[in-house]
Amino acid sequence: MNEILKLLEQDARLTPEQISVMLNRDVDEVRAEIEQLEKTGIILGYRAVIDWDKTDREYVSAVIEIKITPQRDRGFDYIAEKIYNYPEVESLTLMSGGYDLSCVIKGRSMKEVANFVANKLSTIDGVLSTSTHFVLRKYKYDGVVYGVVEKDERGHDFI
Amino acid sequence: MKPYSELLSRAVLGIEPSGIRKYFDLLDEVKDIVSLTVGQPDFVTPWHIREAGIHSLEEGRTYYTSNSGLAELRSEISKYFARRFNLNYSPNNEIIVTVGGSEAIDLTIRTVVNPGDEVIMPTPCFVCYEPIVRLSGGVPVIIETKQKDDFRLTASDLRAAITDKTKLLILPFPNNPTGAIMAEEDLEAIADVLRDTDILILSDEIYAELTYERQHVSIASIPGMRERTIIASGFSKAYAMTGWRLGYLAAPAEIVKHIFKVHQYAIMCAPTTAQYAAIEALKNGDDDIAEMTNEYNRRRRYIVNGLRSIGIDCFMPQGAFYVWPYIGSFGMKSERFCERLLYEGGVAIIPGTAFGACGEGYARISYAYSVRHITLALEKIEKFIKSL
Ligand SMILES: Cc1ncc(COP(=O)(O)O)c(C=O)c1O
Repeated sequence: MNEILKLLEQDARLTPEQISVMLNRDVDEVRAEIEQLEKTGIILGYRAVIDWDKTDREYVSAVIEIKITPQRDRGFDYIAEKIYNYPEVESLTLMSGGYDLSCVIKGRSMKEVANFVANKLSTIDGVLSTSTHFVLRKYKYDGVVYGVVEKDERGHDFI
Repeated sequence: MKPYSELLSRAVLGIEPSGIRKYFDLLDEVKDIVSLTVGQPDFVTPWHIREAGIHSLEEGRTYYTSNSGLAELRSEISKYFARRFNLNYSPNNEIIVTVGGSEAIDLTIRTVVNPGDEVIMPTPCFVCYEPIVRLSGGVPVIIETKQKDDFRLTASDLRAAITDKTKLLILPFPNNPTGAIMAEEDLEAIADVLRDTDILILSDEIYAELTYERQHVSIASIPGMRERTIIASGFSKAYAMTGWRLGYLAAPAEIVKHIFKVHQYAIMCAPTTAQYAAIEALKNGDDDIAEMTNEYNRRRRYIVNGLRSIGIDCFMPQGAFYVWPYIGSFGMKSERFCERLLYEGGVAIIPGTAFGACGEGYARISYAYSVRHITLALEKIEKFIKSL
């Protein structure tokens, strides 16, 4: 696996200088490679991992299982695009198994989410059914455990 | 009643708690410091290993194991020696599972050393060898390793230290605190000195998995050395299992037979839960080691580069997770430098003198910390140095 990607996935704030030292590589080479990764859309962005539950932001999120009929020539993509273009949609993935699309949406309240499903999602041509599950608590997301602040508990008198 | 100083063992009374107790007391006092002192991994034990320990508890495996450790664990240790270091030790009578590498070191020294025996130890080194040797009435013979030799033990220094009283050579590589290793050709040279003597070797290989540019080689794999070598090792550093307190030793059956008696009467057996976890570590933990070693390696390059770029001369360590920079050029004794860095710079590192008199002029910096933490510490060190 690409070592630069691995490092940046862990900590996107690492600079090319730091990465080049850690991997014992030329800094210009590292810089060029990162640029290339960005250009080809392998690196799509850099951002902070935020536990919004610890802020005063009011929101609910829900996972919606969606069954659709694939469109001739365009498969699932056409409907998927219609759905993901809504800014409320946080993630959308095509699934194997009992339903087709898994959609995570975020809204200010349950009512707002319900409205989105009723008025926007269900009315899209080709959406056969939806099943909405509200998220109660986030334990771990994208490899990060939520709600736990790590503390160094190692004593310093063992040398 | 008489004062305790007249009641307690003279050997124990004669041991210093730690050369730099004063510095450690300071560490407790000063708040909000960035510490680079810790001698244990920052990783938590991989979950599958913890899970194996938990599972053993759920199954009710809360009894003593056999004195020398679970048969399955000894068998896995035996396979591990063969797989990683090309060594053959019988699980039946050449391996004892111990309470950390620490117990393995203690047992070995107690089994080998008679009062008056000389024990050669290259320094700087881990702090436990000398006091334990003294407890047995042994006489520590110090060899000072040097930066010009990459802090390796040289054959000529060894030859010069040997007398007719020499009983044991302690070989602490990869080394805490210098990060030095002994490559195969270095060990060959040491073996040439020892081959026609009756000197035994205690090889402390606790950091064997943490080498960065070449694989660890055990002195026991050099012809003529196995018969005289006791290997002390363990799970603490390689698998991030310090708190489980589990290690092991390996040696020829005729030596293990006697070490076993000390272990049996003093300890009975190593912790059972930890032994079950260790089986899982040896069976399925090779990838964990590789991943952690990779991470240490990146930090090693990062911290050495950082120190050098702020003008601190620093040997490139080859193993363990410490750097051993030369700070003598700042015109202070090591302990004074570290004290001032602590008070004025807010960073804690360990004065080199904690690891032997020849550590004067040096300090030990641990990189068992995140890159972010190391970066912060380096910035503070730089600021402090500029203020001098
Ligand atoms: C060189 C060396 N040997 C042995 C040990 C003992 O480790 P443990 O008893 O945890 O296995 C340590 C721990 O710091 C060490 O640095």
